[in-house]
Amino acid sequence: MFGFITRRIAMALVVMFVVALISFLLFRFVGDPVNQMVGIETTPEQREALRQRLGLNDPVLTQFLRYVLGAIRFDFGNSYQFKQPVADLIGRRLPATLELSFASAVFALLLGVPMGVYTGLNRDAWLSKLLLSVSLAGISLPTFFIGILFIFFFSVTLQWLPSFGRGEVVTLGSFWDTGFLTISGLKAIILPAITLGLYQMTLIMRLIRAEMLEVMRTDHIRFARARGLPNRSVYYIHALKNTMVPVITITGLQLGSIIAFAIITETVFQWPGMGILFLHAVQNVDIPIMAAYLLLTAFIFVCINLIVDILYVVIDPRLRTERSRT
Amino acid sequence: MRLKIASAVLAMTLAAGTQVNAETLKFAFQGTYNQLDPYNLNETFSLSMHGNVYEGLVRRSADLKIEPALATRWEVIEPTRWRFHLRKDVKFHNGNDFNADDVIFSADRVRAEGSDLTVVLGAGVKVEKVDDYTVDFILPAVNPILHSEWENWFIMDKEWTEANDAVKVTSASDTNPNYASLHTNGTGPFKIVMHEPGVKTTFTMNNGWWDKKEHNLTDVEFTPIGSDATRVAALLSGELDMAYPIPVQDIKRVDSNIGTSVMTGPELRTIFLGFDQKRDELAYSNIKGRNPFKDVRVRKAFYQAIDIDAIKAKIMRGLSEPTALMISPFLFANSGDFSRYPYDPAAAKALLAEAGYADGFEVTMDCPNDRYVNDEAICQATAAFLARVGIRINLNAEPKAKYFAKVLASGGFDTSFYMLGWTPASFDSYNVLKTLNNCRDDKGVGSPFNLGGYCNPKVDELTRLVLSENDEEKRNGLISQAYAILNNDVSHIPLHQQSLAWGVSDKVTLKQSADNKFFFKYVVKN
Repeated sequence: MFGFITRRIAMALVVMFVVALISFLLFRFVGDPVNQMVGIETTPEQREALRQRLGLNDPVLTQFLRYVLGAIRFDFGNSYQFKQPVADLIGRRLPATLELSFASAVFALLLGVPMGVYTGLNRDAWLSKLLLSVSLAGISLPTFFIGILFIFFFSVTLQWLPSFGRGEVVTLGSFWDTGFLTISGLKAIILPAITLGLYQMTLIMRLIRAEMLEVMRTDHIRFARARGLPNRSVYYIHALKNTMVPVITITGLQLGSIIAFAIITETVFQWPGMGILFLHAVQNVDIPIMAAYLLLTAFIFVCINLIVDILYVVIDPRLRTERSRT
Repeated sequence: MRLKIASAVLAMTLAAGTQVNAETLKFAFQGTYNQLDPYNLNETFSLSMHGNVYEGLVRRSADLKIEPALATRWEVIEPTRWRFHLRKDVKFHNGNDFNADDVIFSADRVRAEGSDLTVVLGAGVKVEKVDDYTVDFILPAVNPILHSEWENWFIMDKEWTEANDAVKVTSASDTNPNYASLHTNGTGPFKIVMHEPGVKTTFTMNNGWWDKKEHNLTDVEFTPIGSDATRVAALLSGELDMAYPIPVQDIKRVDSNIGTSVMTGPELRTIFLGFDQKRDELAYSNIKGRNPFKDVRVRKAFYQAIDIDAIKAKIMRGLSEPTALMISPFLFANSGDFSRYPYDPAAAKALLAEAGYADGFEVTMDCPNDRYVNDEAICQATAAFLARVGIRINLNAEPKAKYFAKVLASGGFDTSFYMLGWTPASFDSYNVLKTLNNCRDDKGVGSPFNLGGYCNPKVDELTRLVLSENDEEKRNGLISQAYAILNNDVSHIPLHQQSLAWGVSDKVTLKQSADNKFFFKYVVKN
């Protein structure tokens, strides 16, 4: 197990280096940061002086090395727009994104798993057909559209839930702002979490349904029945557990993409997380933020992959024996 | 609904009875309020927010007239010596007194390295303290518009700035954020209590403000909302008291909603098209060996091919004012003397034929797609109108970050035909002539935003005269002469002034000014 993890970590470092390199090369095509940092009346000489001070005139390789050396020491430089250290900015925005991702993952799992089991077991029930057709909408409508629909229905028409922001936040410790402890914070998270989690919920439900249909036909379920086990135990212990391996893979990877690509949901709901920070950075060519965000995203994916790999072994005994043999 | 009215009535009686009025204004803007150093960025929204906290020696009223602020009066005692008498008993938010030392300090700081507002006060201007409440400005040459941008030159407290080691203006290349870019200490009607850039900024009333207060706010909460649909929805749902800008296509929706309406008004910015008239061969055209835009007939043909009224009606939904000049009629007294060349595709075709392009030609048009109101749609319409007279436009619409990197001096003015918008920061025609219409070299020296390199020495000469003419009527005459030449030469194609559109809840009243600045001091909430 130890060797396995160290091998994975070495691979992760390579992945992150490559991400840093590729993203750095791409930044040359997003536009000129200096134009976003000064007013339109700033003279060309002043712009040139600023470019020089920022080191934008150095060769790309020099800029990249400088960046990597900084990143190793967790120094990602200063944001061009906000004039603050990028690490601080991202750190302050991270709780918002993580809470949103957590809420939407919980939503997706709590609804997706039972719905998947139900539709898998009762293939012909009218409720199954309803769930399947509704979920088709969830998987095919674009996120921003669902978000705007929700806003117009629940915020503008019914006025039940806020259309933007996080509500009141409470600061835990020194840096973690949580919205889970206030009424307005909880109300504010409902719409974005559902918007963000809808796709995942549909995916999990359909995946579990397909796996359930498969597993229910296998021999060990037939034997379980022959042994006279109650239905509940057959469905939820023997069948469901066997559907879990692909579900964990997909959920894990989806969790990564929920965190990393909450950009659209965050933009629609003005959720003050990392995604919206990144989007603004792209619009304003704030290279330090973009670079740090992409590195962080790569890091999150790498971590989740590692955890998923470990979880496999925990859940599926067959993998355990294979590994110990090799 | 009945419950709401009842509670509103109750709230009003309570307020009237106890005189305790905690009114919070909640508003949203499409962009972010990035950092708080008043000299860091010359950009309208930041300056507008700073203007609620800081004040200059002068300020602009809602109808843009210069009026006294931290200076009570001023006089030109010699042609090149202006004397400003400062207001006494003004205190900064931290309790420090405002006096002449702060003015001299701010004059140095605003012209220091890293400042983006060096334009407000020429480098050659000397600032002298006469006594604690009198300051002289000694100019290198006569300048009738010395104080025309001073509403953006905010006075900072010398002691506070020095004590917090923030004398140097934070530049983006600095490794540590400056204290002044995260904290404020002004003399204005509001103070900033919490600032999280890109998330939320909270202001609270300054009890010790020297001026009579018109507003009844205790707190102001600002949230940037980038998504148009969300910003409009938040206003409609009553979560916001004010939101701007409202996209033109949503104006009807906001107006028809009970409890909200849109305040529209002409903005100062003029949108125009320009041509590369400097290169001997266009960079992006199928005509080789010569530059068709050097021929005034071609430029005029482009002008007359564009149906500006259709653009106003269809794209701007009536919210634009077609213009013959590159400056808003608010900012130039004689603008009534000018009119646009009429829309006339037949005449345009004839002009092109006369110039030797009877079959038209092909040219690439550069256009931003996230900078001005419906910018890309205007460019598409322009391409369609020009197609009717045989000009084939390849439209290259890009986000502003890429667009400006290409077409401005830093990109080597890399364009053949482009769109730009301009508001003269000094609210004066000299700026329009000097920055957009004088001769320039390849680096932009002489007229940095004359992207097409239009050049007529007569205009340069008139510009010089305008700068040093103190008599207003004569000065306006000179400006008129210059604009007449620009019109004859078709230096650019002025299109229109776009409109402001602020979404406002019925609960608040406020004042809108044509420079698109939002001042809380005018807001009354009930």
